[in-house]
Amino acid sequence: MLSRVANHIYWLGRYLERAENYARFIDVNFNLMQDLPVDLKEQWQPLVAATGDWDLFISKNQKFEKNEVLYFLAFDLENPNSMLSAISRARENARIIRENLSKETWEKTNQLYMMMQEGVEKKVWKKVDPRPFFEKVKNQILLIYGIADSSVARVEGWYFRQLGQFLERADKTSRILDVKYHILLPSGQDVGTPLDFLHWMALLKSVTGFNTYRRVYGNIDPSNVVEFLVLNKYFPRSIYYCLKEAESCLHHISGNKDGGFINPAEKAAGELRSHLEFAEVGEIIDYGLHEYLDNLQIKMNKLSDLIDSTYFRLRDNFISQNQDQ
Amino acid sequence: MKIEGYQSKEHYDEMFTPEGDVRPHYQEFFQNLKKTPFKKMNHLQFSANQTQRAMGMTFNVYHDNQGLEKILHLDIVPRIIPNEEWKKLEAGLKQRTYALNLFLQDIYNEQKILKDGIVPSDLILGSKDFLKPCIGLTPPKGIWCHITGTDLIKNKDGEYYILEDNLRCPSGVSYMLESREIIKRAFPNLFNKGGVMPVSDYPAKLLRMLQFLSNKAKPIVGVLTPGIYNSAYYEHSYLALQMGVELVNGVDLIVEDNKVFMQTTHGLQQIDVLYRRIDDVFLDPLTFRPDSMLGVPGIFNAYKAGNIALANAPGTGVADDKAVYAYVPKIIKYYLDEDPILNNVPTYLCREDKDRQYVLDHIEELVVKETNAAGGYGMLIGPKATKEEHAKFKELIKSNPNNYIAQPTLSLSTVPTLCEEGGLEGRHVDLRPYILYGKEIEVIPGALTRVALRKGSLVVNSSQGGGSKDTWVLYN
Repeated sequence: MLSRVANHIYWLGRYLERAENYARFIDVNFNLMQDLPVDLKEQWQPLVAATGDWDLFISKNQKFEKNEVLYFLAFDLENPNSMLSAISRARENARIIRENLSKETWEKTNQLYMMMQEGVEKKVWKKVDPRPFFEKVKNQILLIYGIADSSVARVEGWYFRQLGQFLERADKTSRILDVKYHILLPSGQDVGTPLDFLHWMALLKSVTGFNTYRRVYGNIDPSNVVEFLVLNKYFPRSIYYCLKEAESCLHHISGNKDGGFINPAEKAAGELRSHLEFAEVGEIIDYGLHEYLDNLQIKMNKLSDLIDSTYFRLRDNFISQNQDQ
Repeated sequence: MKIEGYQSKEHYDEMFTPEGDVRPHYQEFFQNLKKTPFKKMNHLQFSANQTQRAMGMTFNVYHDNQGLEKILHLDIVPRIIPNEEWKKLEAGLKQRTYALNLFLQDIYNEQKILKDGIVPSDLILGSKDFLKPCIGLTPPKGIWCHITGTDLIKNKDGEYYILEDNLRCPSGVSYMLESREIIKRAFPNLFNKGGVMPVSDYPAKLLRMLQFLSNKAKPIVGVLTPGIYNSAYYEHSYLALQMGVELVNGVDLIVEDNKVFMQTTHGLQQIDVLYRRIDDVFLDPLTFRPDSMLGVPGIFNAYKAGNIALANAPGTGVADDKAVYAYVPKIIKYYLDEDPILNNVPTYLCREDKDRQYVLDHIEELVVKETNAAGGYGMLIGPKATKEEHAKFKELIKSNPNNYIAQPTLSLSTVPTLCEEGGLEGRHVDLRPYILYGKEIEVIPGALTRVALRKGSLVVNSSQGGGSKDTWVLYN
């Protein structure tokens, strides 16, 4: 597969997953706000904090009001990570490599983009209840995944998209978990109160993990939630699971059947995966959840850079020609 | 369905005779049309527009700040061509393609036609499209123009006239294919009953032709595109997808040992045939324009060494120049000793003193064209232009006569077209069939019919408010 095409497919996977996660974040936060006690103000700033675009937000806005935050996260093209930015880029990537996608995948991605444009025209962020819109967007992305799942051959292109998708998902799960760190409880004594539980529940719901968690662990307990979202071996949105899948994608791509590693990207992915495979939740809590997640995010970014240098970088054909002659 | 008041007297109308009777080959369609309420037609048109949007059937417009991608409007009323008419077109186009190919081989090699004084030497050798690096070259299998998209119109006399031979990567074939799919949905019962010849095997034929250019048993084929900002990018990716081959950019390719390689995730892979949609002079910055960022350094040497086939071959542009056009009937006669089957439009060459004087004296009746412009730019339609424009073009012609030709104003035929105001009105159309030259020459039984959507307009170019129609060639 052409290196340039592989690069576009990888980013198509990442951007779609990013947009889908943002749709979840917004939906869940909206639900959470409705459950808050009357005397507590709506909290939208943790959402901004979790996305890592805090500085950009405060440079553009004075307050963390619902409308402003929704616009910033969903429709602001000046925010490179907003849903609209991600979906525009997903579509742009898809358009460039359209010949490598099935007709349906392209058409649904194109529709997704038009859906977002419609959202801009209708000023969805000002709606009293914008959830139906985000639900629709999320479903459209899930539809694209579904079509791909049942129609795309399991060859290189598939694994590059999966690789992008799982790395993005791992990153987003780490960030949604980090939201809890940023949510301000009225006072330290509120830890373990119903309000605190409400937050943890919302968090689990945002990754569609609430029911699964209940079945595995029963009661809501912060360290169990952390274990579930970071280390669980079977839940497809846990960080460990995503990294395990990402590593497997890399092996499929290179044809490495013996395990270990045969290029720098595989080495980094394997190290990261095995680190989580043998980690215990106690260690994470002792280290500090926020610090631990921060560290993970840095390592995942490095992994993405190594994938780029291993597979996507092109030789400049002009320089090579001049050397020949 | 309103058809009363339909005007078919002034121009040749493809569907109605001047008396207002339906022509036989439109009978089947007309019967269906009569039964379709106007509301239903509008709905079908609306669905067609929606489908185009969903498919992302877009082209990019130069000099347009309003977002890059536009949809080429597809009118649902088809242009229908009876088989007998088609057979003549087919024979004429094959003859013309064959002769032009011989012409190209000759002027880049022995130059007999120039030595015999049939075509003036300076017209060819002085043309900026005559590529000196191609002198002495014979492309793989001796084929220069693999893909041709000839523009024709039908005049008031009911005869076809060739308007332009497009020998350098003509675009639009994806519209022919996609439009057909959309119109099939609009009139599902008419295709089989009406006996419409299929076009859907075009990508397969194109691929077979490209593979034929290599001597390898399983050649690797690719489509070379200038990239996403090119107006026809949609088409490039569409054709690559339909043929199941790679769509490559210049940056994806690298030349080593006079061989061309793709840069893949598993190292370099040699490529044998390129359907290139990049202009000649941008192909290789080492041979042609050094500032080209689109091309592949060294690819021309690989081509000369016979390690890569390029379709179309570099250098074909010299033969579809608007001044050379005037000589095509002579070219056909010279190489084939046959009379041309299809008409040329009488053409005045401003480079010739007599012709120039005629053009200057009659500019208000003529269409003046730049010899090297495309897409309807650099053109004066005498009868529609103002006195100032006439004066301006006279000056232009005098200062650079070689750059201009003129032709009488032709009357383009009309086809009923669904109008925004409601009802059907005649709109002017042209015709672009596609010809493939591989093992043999084949004319695809269909075409891109471009339609000037504005009332009375003769400009059918997509960049200037034109739309398209599906073109049905009938079995009978």
